[in-house]
Amino acid sequence: MVIIGAGECGVRAAFALRENGYGGPVTLIGTEKHLPYERPPLSKEAMVSEDHPSPRTIAAESLFNEKNIDFIGSSTATSIDRGEKRVALEDGRQIPYERLLFATGAIPRPLPLAAGSKHCTTLRSFEDALAIRARFQPGARIVIVGGGFIGLELAASARKRGASVTVIEAQSRIMMRGVPEEIAKVIDTRHRDEGVTILCDTGIVSFADNAENVAITLSTGNVIVADLAIIGIGATPVTALAEASSLETGNGIVVNDWLQTSDPDVYAAGDCCIFPLAVYGGRRVRLEAWRNAQEQGALAARNMLGAQEPHQAVPWFWSDQYELGLQVAGLSDEGTQTIRRDLGDGAFILFHLAADGRLVAASGIGPGNSVAKDIRLAEMLIARGATPDIAQLAASDVKLKSLLAA
Amino acid sequence: MSNWVEACTSNDIDEEDVMRFDHAGKTFAVYRSPDDEFFATDGLCTHEHIHLADGLVMDEIIECPKHNGRFNYKTGEAKGAPVCINLKTYPVKVEAGKVLIQLG
Repeated sequence: MVIIGAGECGVRAAFALRENGYGGPVTLIGTEKHLPYERPPLSKEAMVSEDHPSPRTIAAESLFNEKNIDFIGSSTATSIDRGEKRVALEDGRQIPYERLLFATGAIPRPLPLAAGSKHCTTLRSFEDALAIRARFQPGARIVIVGGGFIGLELAASARKRGASVTVIEAQSRIMMRGVPEEIAKVIDTRHRDEGVTILCDTGIVSFADNAENVAITLSTGNVIVADLAIIGIGATPVTALAEASSLETGNGIVVNDWLQTSDPDVYAAGDCCIFPLAVYGGRRVRLEAWRNAQEQGALAARNMLGAQEPHQAVPWFWSDQYELGLQVAGLSDEGTQTIRRDLGDGAFILFHLAADGRLVAASGIGPGNSVAKDIRLAEMLIARGATPDIAQLAASDVKLKSLLAA
Repeated sequence: MSNWVEACTSNDIDEEDVMRFDHAGKTFAVYRSPDDEFFATDGLCTHEHIHLADGLVMDEIIECPKHNGRFNYKTGEAKGAPVCINLKTYPVKVEAGKVLIQLG
């Protein structure tokens, strides 16, 4: 078994192969030099920790040895011979496979206008995080292009370290994708209270490098100067090798509900794949989320061993900014009606219902992990296609768990 | 070695739920099972030091509120990725409606 990509998804798949009793060789190929590490902290803890951060490894080296997982770091798979069932690495090595998994993830979408600027960057790797962290100094002028999760988490981290922050968002509000307006508003207000400038409906005309900074001309005609500009305008799936191997790709490597590509011996999972989401009748989606990467990695492993198990999970993601914790289960754009439940301490949950009364998503925000329990219960209700009573959803004194029992 | 500490009263926790209890600079999680027994563990997830008391209790499982790491709160056993280190458990007894944890 060979896995290309040593992020959360690939690592989970490697260990899941062992957990499911596979005794043959498992090879995990990653482009980075580090032992596989967790990416979520890169925009948060790694930016604000007092001590110099180190990568938070997903599993200790001893565990890779104990489970006999051959991790090959600093290495890129360059071609795949699907007829001979072999992966070629850039150093010339040929690795035979019985089944192959793409867990190549997604990389930051580049902004062509920023391509030539040496004061513009993106965040994906631990090295990116270190470079950005070094620039988050008191008084530094940080511009963040894109008001999505990564951009806003970085904005919060930069403020904690005393930098001044401007967020530029092309759309009419932040977090347009996946987060309802009522919740985005809470986060928007929180950032503004911290002194972050948020410019919505604002495009960028040009980046002009100076020696120590970059002048950014906005669609409004204004020019702002940044010591560092971070581009966070979304991610694109890493599909080049799959395309070169003549596998079906679109906005991601196309897989069926077993996470199998157009070649039955080749699978794809996590951020790089586009898959049918069973909970919404097979709507094809690509998710960029930590939990999805984990779950699909584990599922792909089971199916590589012949389980023939369809993907059924409900999407789930979170973001932490300042003391606020946001969690979303499901995709809120499936809903036509929204019901609000207040949990106290400013925390609340929005339940999104489809026209037929099914609960299809729930979005919550509050201090710390205050919405976690109820979002988890909502996720279970979504998974079973429940049509909960609207008055009970709204009533804070009715326990969600009681709806689950109904 | 019989340092029993009062954590709460038995009415403070619903059945199949969990409560945070801080004592002497440490944090614990106290559970009431669906069959009305009480248990206690360390309060922080062994994966990323998140307070487990914000998580969901289902039967004998506590789920971390952040990454869904699962533990059996009766035994402390980690139930799979992302958690691989077991949770420390503590003896619990209920006396006159008070939930007591043995910490030493």
